[in-house]
Amino acid sequence: MELHELTVHELQELLAGGKTSSEEIVKSLLARIDAVEGEVKSFITLTGEQALDKARRVDAKGNYQGIAGIPMGLKDNICTRGIKTTCGSRMLADFVPPYESTVSSRLDQHDSILMGKLNMDEFAMGSSTENSAFFPTRNPWDLTKVPGGSSGGSAAAVAAGQIPFSLGSDTGGSIRQPAAYCGVVGMKPTYGRVSRWGVVAYASSLDQVGVLSKDVRDNAMIMQIIAGHDPLDSNCVSLAVPDYTAGLDGSVKGMRIAYPREYFGAGVDESIRVLIMQALKKYEELGAIVEEVSLPHSEYALPAYYLVGPAEASANLACFDGVRFGYRDQTAENVVDMFSLTRAHGFGDEVKRRIMLGTYALSSGYYDAYYLKALKVRRLIAEDFAKVFNDYDIIAAPTTPTTAFALGEQSGDLLTIYMNDILTVPVNMAGLPGMSIPCGFAGGLPVGMQIIGKAFDEATIYKAAYAFEQNTDFHTIKPQLGVK
Amino acid sequence: MSTGYEVVVGLEVHAELKTQTKIFCSCSTAFGAEPNRQTCPICSGFPGMLPVLNRHVVELAIRAGLALNCEIPPMCKFDRKNYFYPDLPHGYQVSQFDFPVCKRGYVDIDVKGQKKRVGVTRAHMEEDAGKLVHQGDITTTPFSLVDLNRSGMPLLEIVSEPDMRSAQEARAYLEKLRSMLLFAGVSDCKMQEGSLRCDANVSVRPFGQQEYGTRCEIKNLNSFRALERAIEYEAKRHMEALEDGIEIIQETRTWDEEKQVTRSMRSKEEAHDYRYFPEPDLPPLFISREWVDEVRAALPEMPEQAQQRLAEVYGLPDYDAAFLTLTPETLDFFDRCMQDYPDAKTISNWMMGEFSRLLNQNNLEIGDSRLTPDHLVQMLRLVDDGTISGKMAKTVFEEMFNSGQKPQEVIKEKGLVQISDADTLQPLIEDIVKANPKVVEDYKSGKGKAMGFFVGQIMKATKGQANPALVNELLKKTLDDI
Repeated sequence: MELHELTVHELQELLAGGKTSSEEIVKSLLARIDAVEGEVKSFITLTGEQALDKARRVDAKGNYQGIAGIPMGLKDNICTRGIKTTCGSRMLADFVPPYESTVSSRLDQHDSILMGKLNMDEFAMGSSTENSAFFPTRNPWDLTKVPGGSSGGSAAAVAAGQIPFSLGSDTGGSIRQPAAYCGVVGMKPTYGRVSRWGVVAYASSLDQVGVLSKDVRDNAMIMQIIAGHDPLDSNCVSLAVPDYTAGLDGSVKGMRIAYPREYFGAGVDESIRVLIMQALKKYEELGAIVEEVSLPHSEYALPAYYLVGPAEASANLACFDGVRFGYRDQTAENVVDMFSLTRAHGFGDEVKRRIMLGTYALSSGYYDAYYLKALKVRRLIAEDFAKVFNDYDIIAAPTTPTTAFALGEQSGDLLTIYMNDILTVPVNMAGLPGMSIPCGFAGGLPVGMQIIGKAFDEATIYKAAYAFEQNTDFHTIKPQLGVK
Repeated sequence: MSTGYEVVVGLEVHAELKTQTKIFCSCSTAFGAEPNRQTCPICSGFPGMLPVLNRHVVELAIRAGLALNCEIPPMCKFDRKNYFYPDLPHGYQVSQFDFPVCKRGYVDIDVKGQKKRVGVTRAHMEEDAGKLVHQGDITTTPFSLVDLNRSGMPLLEIVSEPDMRSAQEARAYLEKLRSMLLFAGVSDCKMQEGSLRCDANVSVRPFGQQEYGTRCEIKNLNSFRALERAIEYEAKRHMEALEDGIEIIQETRTWDEEKQVTRSMRSKEEAHDYRYFPEPDLPPLFISREWVDEVRAALPEMPEQAQQRLAEVYGLPDYDAAFLTLTPETLDFFDRCMQDYPDAKTISNWMMGEFSRLLNQNNLEIGDSRLTPDHLVQMLRLVDDGTISGKMAKTVFEEMFNSGQKPQEVIKEKGLVQISDADTLQPLIEDIVKANPKVVEDYKSGKGKAMGFFVGQIMKATKGQANPALVNELLKKTLDDI
């Protein structure tokens, strides 16, 4: 096996056993990136030189604990001091933050090595990475398909073997959907589990940073590092972080697993439905109790999400006015025109659309009918989940209704695009942890199974996901890239 | 001004809370720094930055609320108020919309003996914006500079009920509110520095009418005087318009200090839709009853309690007591004088008279003065023991005020000591009497003016330092003995 094909824990064993060095790993990955980046295009910024420097420093220390010496990539809305952070937008095309996000600084403190910043839909708004102001990323399994989004670069880079793991962010499914499309493991933790400090906000009450990885063990390891209290994010809770890898014993005996009928209805491809039902059968074989339940308000989650998310975004993106940083229109002759032209040229269509949607939803006379109603729906959705979790440990469902669609296929058809998120959005609205793991292939493209847990019970999700993974081999199948 | 109309005024007051650091970041709040030196990525609205609430801001808000007789609800929350302006880095101001930290309080005022209670609707915490520096006038400036030192400074916005019925009542309310905030120690309340700012909502209506008239909000009121003048001007404008059958348009106006008029800024139609919604980056704030009780227990003496004390302990009139409790520094000066000097009314008179006159003349606050309570007390003792006269005392006081010297030093320097020694005065009197036999005759024949002439001559000869009482006594005896 080549180094770029290995998981984090496999690389760690090699490092700890003196069988390789961090420098060797970085070089191998840089070669891999060189070979496949032209096809996949997952990186906005590559930091190869800095990565080699740091690898040598880590090698000099020789202390290969955890993720020390192991490379990774960050979605480009995660701020890195001194390294361009663009959010996939013209607005921040040259923005170099003078500060570091909490999540990236935790990885850095553990001597993980940044290989570069990953492509994304502009300001995390989109489901295909086609909304990047720079270029679309391609799905490593089929270069004519999208990798999903908005963390498309983060998913594609891991799937393509460019990096063993990455961080993404998930507001309505932006980790889980691309993880499903690219056949990797993607976890969005409970809202408040991971610090948002230094992560450029899309919708503050929904955004969470999470991990994309090749397998469940890696994911649990990384989550262990980035999760936990941060005084800089007032919504980040001070609950202790349990040992996520301790529960990875392959057993789900007696675990109560619910599958909501609303997640298998019209719009969900038959091939996907069948694969999820087979996965549930596997769980039963492993000793779990699997039963059908109802989450009756599910259908209202998407419209409510498209009010709450854009409403918050309309305020979050108001700081991009050309005054203090980022892009500024140089032709304006007064300050109002400067604001307008800066925002007209700096933002792409989808971002402008959501700003307008959110501005409208908060406007005087419409607030009660839209924003306030959406908040009420949000509470009903959370209550639906809470009821089910009175009787069950986890909920299993498809991550997406379809497999990866073709580049350009959905452009212009907004409702179809927004439907990509229909199975992931309710989890954000309820603030719960949700994960996507590979559970098979349909038409040669990966399919993801979504596992949803109780608030702050990521451990049970990892346990269940690990048991499934260890009893199947979907995660071991790699896309054929760079074979010309 | 036309009669038959009643003026209705409500005030919105912004007080800067006296904390070391800003409301959501750790930048310093010190006044007068170089532009943009007290800023960070948080208060400059950089992407990915998050607010963390300064606990001291909440504590001062609770303290202010208790001082203003407000309820402190168990839960309050923050909201975003959205609008674009170059001095507003986030494009929204973090404020409190429907769940403020303080509700339903009151301020008791006294206008020329008329007591009145003005309702406080609410008080809420918010962040200040930065400021723009123009080259000359805003309409013609070729460019403007942004200074974000003030961005994120903690403010308490205190909204009154429309309970005031004249410019004088509005002024009395603002003065009383200021003294309460000063006594509570929550704000410096310096109007010139902008740590106390005031907007006035003014309307008029025919006496007896229940509904309020159309109101205008007046901004840019930077002094008590401006507040009073602007309300008077605005009320007159409304009354004249009503008399002429012209409709008052609801709008925001600004006070033009130079021309002493209010000018239209923007109409209701041009008003912003602020699109308030809950600040998602800050969880709701739960304020425990224990915390409120703790703050209440630590609340210092308030102006009203102090007034009562001054009346009860020293028998001072209401007017004196109200004056002495305008600021904590004034009261402290008085209290310190009282530790060493028994006559409260004399101290009060000096403070209301000479001291107040000199402070106003020099645009100073009592805390800025170099004159100490100890100096005043020493000076009064020198009056009491006859070292200086009451008239000399005024000169000594002004000199102490200007130079910060002790009274003894002033007296020595200026040669102000009163001559109260009979052995020194007697030969002088005898010389003057001998030199003016004609006037002695006048005296003997009962002409009253003669006595005055001699006193004048003696005072002149002693450069006014002779003790007048002693001069009179010795002079009379000398003349009668002839």
